[in-house]
Amino acid sequence: MADARSNGLPEILRDAGLYALVALGLCVPLISYRTEAGPTGLELVPRWPVVAAFCAGIFVLRVLQRLVLARRDARKRLTPAPDQATEAVGAEPDAGQRFSGLGLKVFLAVALTLPVLATLASGGLGPARYWIDLGILILTYVMLGWGLNIVVGLAGLLDLGYVAFYAVGAYCYALLSTTFGLSFWICLPLAGLFAAAWGMVLGFPVLRLRGDYLAIVTLAFGEIIRLVLINWTDVTGGAAGISSIPRATFFGIPFTADEDGFAPRFGLEFDSMHRVVFLYYLILALALLTNLATLRLRRMPVGRAWEALREDEIACRSLGIDTTTTKLTAFALGAAFAGVAGSFFSVRQGFISPESFTFLESAIILAIVVLGGMGSQVGVAIAAVAMVGGPELLRNLGFLGAVFGEGFDPNEYRLLLFGLAMVAMMVWRPRGLVSVRVPSVSLGARRAISGAHVSEGHG
Amino acid sequence: MDVFLQQLINGLTLGSIYGLIAIGYTMVFGIIGMVNFAHGDVFMVSSFIALIAFLILTAWLGISSVALALLLVLVISMALTALWGWAIERVAYRPLRGSFRLAPLISAIGVSIFLSNFVQVAQGARNKSLPPMLEGGIALTQGEGYTVFLSYKQCLIVGVTVALLTGFWYLVQRTPFGRAQRACEQDRKMAALLGIDVDRTISLTFVLGAALAAVAGVLYLLYYGVVSFSDGFVPGVKAFTAAVLGGIGSLPGAVLGGLIIGLIEVFWSAYFSIEYKDVAAFSILAIVLIFMPSGILGRAEVEKV
Repeated sequence: MADARSNGLPEILRDAGLYALVALGLCVPLISYRTEAGPTGLELVPRWPVVAAFCAGIFVLRVLQRLVLARRDARKRLTPAPDQATEAVGAEPDAGQRFSGLGLKVFLAVALTLPVLATLASGGLGPARYWIDLGILILTYVMLGWGLNIVVGLAGLLDLGYVAFYAVGAYCYALLSTTFGLSFWICLPLAGLFAAAWGMVLGFPVLRLRGDYLAIVTLAFGEIIRLVLINWTDVTGGAAGISSIPRATFFGIPFTADEDGFAPRFGLEFDSMHRVVFLYYLILALALLTNLATLRLRRMPVGRAWEALREDEIACRSLGIDTTTTKLTAFALGAAFAGVAGSFFSVRQGFISPESFTFLESAIILAIVVLGGMGSQVGVAIAAVAMVGGPELLRNLGFLGAVFGEGFDPNEYRLLLFGLAMVAMMVWRPRGLVSVRVPSVSLGARRAISGAHVSEGHG
Repeated sequence: MDVFLQQLINGLTLGSIYGLIAIGYTMVFGIIGMVNFAHGDVFMVSSFIALIAFLILTAWLGISSVALALLLVLVISMALTALWGWAIERVAYRPLRGSFRLAPLISAIGVSIFLSNFVQVAQGARNKSLPPMLEGGIALTQGEGYTVFLSYKQCLIVGVTVALLTGFWYLVQRTPFGRAQRACEQDRKMAALLGIDVDRTISLTFVLGAALAAVAGVLYLLYYGVVSFSDGFVPGVKAFTAAVLGGIGSLPGAVLGGLIIGLIEVFWSAYFSIEYKDVAAFSILAIVLIFMPSGILGRAEVEKV
């Protein structure tokens, strides 16, 4: 389609017309009539103006796209295409890599000082709460992304049920603290261990599976765990979930206003924000711990085995690497970090229900890992900011209500745009945002290589 | 015994719906080796198209004959859903052919999220229910206290399924398109060398899969009388289970798998617990993939080094 087409204006208009026609066909029943519950059953509310606007939008976009493509084609004819040249394996550190080196420092600096920055920017600890809460949310996803990165990015095992381990960690803390009164600091490692055990249990049967099949079975496991959480009402509280989970303490000192509380002991004035700031630094520490562990593990035999497994399982086996243990350690470690993140989630929320652990969460975490460029730690962090922070921007687009009419809520479109973004990302940048890798092991100088040389694994 | 017979009828009805969806999974997997994750949501979209088409036909155009209305709804829904299938392949999957292995799967997940939320935004989050129609049926046995009942709906569902599957079988086995489709399934590169338009064949495969999902969508709406934007995921996973159970890539396998899954689900709900029926379906999926990944009628996959 790209090669033999003329770029005359009539041709472009005809093509765009075709696109608009298809768009019309797609939205005829679904957008043009909205079903509303009326007094005598469902009634149809016609909305043809929306359809017209939609088709016109598609038409204009297609014309623009064709014009841009035409200009690019013309330029290509003059200069040889870059992809025709042989690509050097050991490329010089390019803009992407320099950016990711700088990105790490900027990310760390912002992450460390966020509560201070937010307080200064919004003039007080109280008003800064929104930003700190958002920071906690993003960092939770950064941690989950880094955890899943071990399984997907390093070991090359596609896991679509990652949220199950997150749920295991969350319920582990919720149940242990509400029934046995165990403190958060005991439960945190316990949740990690427990989730790791579950990672082994669920990982063991799927060792033989690869590719899409592995993805689907992990998805099935994730759903089974969620359905059990919903239906096993005696223990998990069913769909209503578990509420009044004990709050986090400052290593044993509660964040309360009375004498034994955090503020009086340190001679501070009581402020409920102390707990939020503490939680922020806690998740930051946990996320950085995940990162550090991953970076160290990559240098260790087990980490090298993961990457070897991702590159070629058969070669791996013939070199005497025990693929069973290698895969199981990847599953277990990834799950352990998810479990710790889950237990943090439940201490932060104080309330959990199976609603928080749907397949969509797994998809979001996977999208973060893939968008980040699988295997790249900085990329995952940037992707988490984009994927979790981006939708937050939608909340501030209320002024669009003036354009689209009253009752327009941009937040409704959050997941719709999210789905579109996943498709667009795969079409335009399947290798993720950061598409260069620094090899874990190398002979001589460590030089960045293109992500295209890194295999994505078979499992 | 009567309960058993009744559940058998219910299971076969549900199984035909799953079988119709499963064909879409199995054909797409056979030809381009990807799990079309969005197929369940295409099924849900078709249900909504059918709902709206039905309301337009009966309320506004005043078609009083239920048979005529259903036929029209079926045709409209199949045509528009086929367009969706075509567009999805064109936008989300075709640019990724030859890209890295996970790309189509992730893109498909994106399409799935997009479709369910698109319908939610366009039609609202509430369940949509249709006025009951085609009531009544045939009482097969008049036992003491328990009547085995075969409703007209169930007759219609099984009848439509059988008729369309026969047509579909003819299409795949006896027409040039079917020959091209089967050739691409065996060896895409060789088929291309022999002059088959592979892109067109793949497009048509998606169109056909979506059309059959639309049939399932119409029948689902007719059977349950209610549909919501989130109704794509679970039937989709069950139909995928059916496709895997029957042997992915095998068309009779998909139908057989659908019937088995339908029967298992109905019997599980009747004799064990209705809460855990989805757990049963997901467990079967895991067990089948782990212990017999080539399914009942599938070919074993040989790994080439």
